[in-house]
Amino acid sequence: MNAFMKKLKSSLGGLAMPLVALGVLILFNLIRCAVIGDFHFFAVSVASDDKGSVLSGNIISIIDSASVLAIIAMGMTLVTAACGGQDISVGAVGAIAGAFFVIMMHPQHEAQLSTLSSVAWPNVILGVLAAIIVAVVFMLFNGMLVAYFKIQPMIATLILFSCGRSIAYYFLFQVLGVGSIKLDDPIIFAMGKVIPGVPIPTSIFIVILMGLLMYLVFKRTNLRLYTQAVGINQKAAQLNGINPTVVKLLSFVMLGVCVAVAAIVKCSNLGTLTTKSLMDSIEMDAILAVAIGGNNLGGGKFRLGGSILGAYTIQTLSTTLNAMQVSPDSMKAYKAIVIIVIMVAGSPVVRKWLVTQSGRIRTAIRSPQVKEAK
Amino acid sequence: MTAMQPDLKKKKRFERLTDAQLLTIISGGIFLLMYGAALLLIEAFRKPQVFFDITNYYSYLIIIACSLTVVMIGGGINISVGGVICLTCMVCSIFLNNCGIENQTLLVLATFVIAIGIGAIFGAFQGALISYLEIQPFIITLGGMFLARGLTTILSGGENVPVSETNPFTLWINNAAIKIPALGTTRVRKGQVYVNPATLHWVTIIAVVVVIGIYLVMRFTKFGRNTYAIGGNTQSSQMLGINVKLTRFNTYLLSGVLSGLAGFVFMMFNGAGGKTGIGLRSEMDAIAASIIGGTLLSGGVGNVIGSFFGAIILGTLQKIIWFSGLQEAYWQDMANGVMLGIFIVMQSVVLSVRGKGKMHLPEWLKYSKKNR
Amino acid sequence: MPKEDNQVVLTMRGICKQFPGTRALNHVDFTLRKGEIHALMGENGAGKSTLIKVLTGVYEKDAGSIRIEGVTGEAKIHSPQDAQNIGISTVYQEITLCPNLTVAENMFIGRTRSAFVNWQARNKRTTEILESLNIPARAKQELSRCSLAVQQMVAIARAVDMQCKVLILDEPTSSLDEKEVEMLFGLMRDLRDKGVAIVFVTHFLEQVYAVSDRITVLRNGELVGEWPVAELPQVQLVATMMGKSLNDLESLELVGQKSVGSEEVVYEAENLSSTESKPFDFSIRRGEVNGFTGLLGSGRSESVRAIFGADQVTGGRVRVKGKNVQIATPHDAMKNGIGYLAEDRKRDGIIADLSVRENIILALQVLKGFFHPMKREEMEAFADEYIKALQIKTASQDTPIGSLSGGNQQKVILARWLLTHPDYLILDEPTRGIDVGTKLEIQRLVLKLAEEGMSVTFISSEIEEMLRTCSRLIVMRDRNIVGELTGDQLTQSQVMQTIAGGKQ
Repeated sequence: MNAFMKKLKSSLGGLAMPLVALGVLILFNLIRCAVIGDFHFFAVSVASDDKGSVLSGNIISIIDSASVLAIIAMGMTLVTAACGGQDISVGAVGAIAGAFFVIMMHPQHEAQLSTLSSVAWPNVILGVLAAIIVAVVFMLFNGMLVAYFKIQPMIATLILFSCGRSIAYYFLFQVLGVGSIKLDDPIIFAMGKVIPGVPIPTSIFIVILMGLLMYLVFKRTNLRLYTQAVGINQKAAQLNGINPTVVKLLSFVMLGVCVAVAAIVKCSNLGTLTTKSLMDSIEMDAILAVAIGGNNLGGGKFRLGGSILGAYTIQTLSTTLNAMQVSPDSMKAYKAIVIIVIMVAGSPVVRKWLVTQSGRIRTAIRSPQVKEAK
Repeated sequence: MTAMQPDLKKKKRFERLTDAQLLTIISGGIFLLMYGAALLLIEAFRKPQVFFDITNYYSYLIIIACSLTVVMIGGGINISVGGVICLTCMVCSIFLNNCGIENQTLLVLATFVIAIGIGAIFGAFQGALISYLEIQPFIITLGGMFLARGLTTILSGGENVPVSETNPFTLWINNAAIKIPALGTTRVRKGQVYVNPATLHWVTIIAVVVVIGIYLVMRFTKFGRNTYAIGGNTQSSQMLGINVKLTRFNTYLLSGVLSGLAGFVFMMFNGAGGKTGIGLRSEMDAIAASIIGGTLLSGGVGNVIGSFFGAIILGTLQKIIWFSGLQEAYWQDMANGVMLGIFIVMQSVVLSVRGKGKMHLPEWLKYSKKNR
Repeated sequence: MPKEDNQVVLTMRGICKQFPGTRALNHVDFTLRKGEIHALMGENGAGKSTLIKVLTGVYEKDAGSIRIEGVTGEAKIHSPQDAQNIGISTVYQEITLCPNLTVAENMFIGRTRSAFVNWQARNKRTTEILESLNIPARAKQELSRCSLAVQQMVAIARAVDMQCKVLILDEPTSSLDEKEVEMLFGLMRDLRDKGVAIVFVTHFLEQVYAVSDRITVLRNGELVGEWPVAELPQVQLVATMMGKSLNDLESLELVGQKSVGSEEVVYEAENLSSTESKPFDFSIRRGEVNGFTGLLGSGRSESVRAIFGADQVTGGRVRVKGKNVQIATPHDAMKNGIGYLAEDRKRDGIIADLSVRENIILALQVLKGFFHPMKREEMEAFADEYIKALQIKTASQDTPIGSLSGGNQQKVILARWLLTHPDYLILDEPTRGIDVGTKLEIQRLVLKLAEEGMSVTFISSEIEEMLRTCSRLIVMRDRNIVGELTGDQLTQSQVMQTIAGGKQ
């Protein structure tokens, strides 16, 4: 039992930063609700319509809307750890994956069809597979630049960042003749919103599924050890028989899978695919999630749980601001302030200062007792 | 003893150049090649005005590319520049609409001071957090970008803020162009000669002055050299007695001031008036320009002259794509991507050939193995 | 020679420095006189580096006072710049210059108050200094284009030019070959005669006796004493450093019996070459300890790297236990039962942020394969076993290896390879930069392993160490094998002659 507590403590210790940030946000909401005397913010209710009933409320909405970000943050954490840099093309590659997802589901003899409905199951599976394969291929392009040409990830992925959405648009337009397409199909609805009869949003299951997948990968393989070794000291890792190139490529493959899944969830949820705006500027939020999760953006040791918590922290912040009637555009300013405060509180200098201060307080508390003993 | 004396005289010119010089020369050369090819192949390019159009339109990009270059040489990054341009335009427009100053010179000066001030405040704020609190620059400047864009929306309520045609500032910028008849086109119609003079906007001159100024600062001042030093090796710089934190702070301050100036220049060319979409993604274009110009994100290597070429290479590419009839927006993006890809890979290969990069090259490509 | 009534330049009194968990310096005194070379000695963790870092303003002292000639009252040193300003210059073991700047810039950066740079004056002055000190570099050359030794000399030239009263040389010789060391010593003597007080930190005992006038010894963060060099013979010095009496030391000297090995050839290479090494033949028998020797840059490290596949292998045939095999990558070598402890521990050995446990099991884990991760209990058991067996001093298994002392880091890396139970273990400079006690421990371990049937290649830049452990020495010069010494030939003079080319 004691060993278990110790283990728990050590694993939670690493997650202090996102946990505290999330905790403070929840506390803030509690106080805010107490002040206005309305705890509606925390309410979970059942909303019903003709398609069935589903849980709703801010908490559910936070968990639901953060899903896409959480999935991408997982992959981003791996790339950050292995390559010591971030992929800024995730949104663009997501758009490409989304485009292929739709193209594969689309009955192509009916070109120019701007609404996709009544899709068959095999086509959906084909679409999902295509999305994953395409995303992995494009991510391998990034990975190749990073692993073989030794280019910093941010620069390497700047290429797809600047042209990825255009590639997505190009394919969508060439194959289907439309630039944007509506998705109105029960299967897609089930994938992006809720499965009829299940009161919990599907995306939550998908996050859990991806989390489990990652857990299994870490449990069954040495990916964690290899990634960290390569991220911390590539030369030493190589001399211990690890192939850094493969490890880096692998991290991009994992990111590719995450991005494809996230893109499918996102466009199914929206019920529409617009290559220009699907998962717009999600790369910034994903990097932020990784940083708030207490991970070093310079690579090395990583905590996947931290990044996921980081994603939920960002979404909680957005939802809180939303509940305070801050308009979506000006929300950015408040978000920026909170992010900066979190980063300042978690910065090495402030942490060091806090440690010395707490040490001083501890000795100050202790010293009277010493005097008494004398 | 003889083994230690390197054969100094025999070293080839290629190896004597520093990385930064070589990469700048490459980007300059590629620009000339590109422009030359365009002159040969595209009829519409054969007017000086096309070149002026590029420099006029991309003057703000040239300035923020310099801003990014300075920060990147110091080993940092600043992605808030686009946001700061947007905020500057908005604040200045609101100021122009409400201040009621009639004296043109005073108004222009006041607007200029406001623009620079906003940039300086952002630069100083970010610089302080990054260098004194040691927070990752990407995240802080990302916060800066959100903050600037958010503030723009809050100030404007999400609306565009136009500045009237009769505002003294608008009148001033309408005259801020130099007409050069000698480089213009002439047309003869009904026996009369019409001269359509080439228009060189003041913004181009400002941009060029900035490039030269920053080049001189980076080359001939203590601050400039210290910036190269901290980008090359932070710990060593500390040991050598350089005030690393102050230098890093100053790079962000300078970067902020330049973004403010870019905002002012943007207004000068595009007309006063705040919009929430101004400068969207321009930080990434600026990074691309710096990289094409031979600045390395890892710090210590770079040159603003290169960044100038980088910015006008991007501009020229857009023009070429436009004139070759591929006028959908996605072709421009794709051309950008391909261009960037070629440059990045080429730089990696060039550095590896010089024995500095980390790529595994085939034996015959290795250049200076023996000397190391 | 220094005069007896030398005037004191620097006094440090009662210096204390505390780090979380350890007391690095405990009331240490240090006195430096004008025109002397003063060796600062001590084992790893004795507090030498901390003392120097306090003196140069990298660390703030917790207590004590520093006085320097020319400054009235206590010298206030809060940053390297402060130290420079009052005349204390430092040249560190790792080159602390900026590789992307020119030689001239590296000489002058961080020194001037003027806001502008006069390139012409800088280049001219630099050329003068380089010429006067006979340093083979050009002022306008990018520093990264110079060899390590030249970079080191540029660092010293910088310090010299700053008119420093105190020059600290922190392990300046560790990356230099013998000729370069001699050049450096010449430079040091020159400076001493000009009145500069030099603090010299090194692990090479002979070098201390070659140039120093006075020795101060630290142990466990405390001052042991200060002696003129003539009054402290080498053996006595080692004894004071280790805190052991002379008798103890003599028993330490007896390392063990050398092992010649059996008839069975474990590893055999024919015409093996890599991008960094010329073709060579090599073989080693079961239970044999051999060594590669030669000056720095003679290709001894490059050869063993080729054996392990650490550099790109370009040709040759390799047989392991009589079977033809292909070794192109470290992983191939490991699968064939070869282990390799790299020369540069920090760069190629440790994975600093990972725990001691993860560092120990890393190689074995890689051998087991990507899809077969070890169980946690298994890892803990292995780590515990080797921490005990090699007496690794660490707070726990979970401590990041980066926070251990050099010697203990080396033991962890050794444990990593021992855990894979290799048939053939290559140790490239396993004793570099670690204290005398650990050095002996490692030598003893090597002989024990050989007795148990492991073949070992042992490389060290200290020839006595190799003579003590190796039964066969392969001598290299200019990337070629120029001799092989066994049995009675294994004497210092014979080795020297072979290295020099047998001209004597």
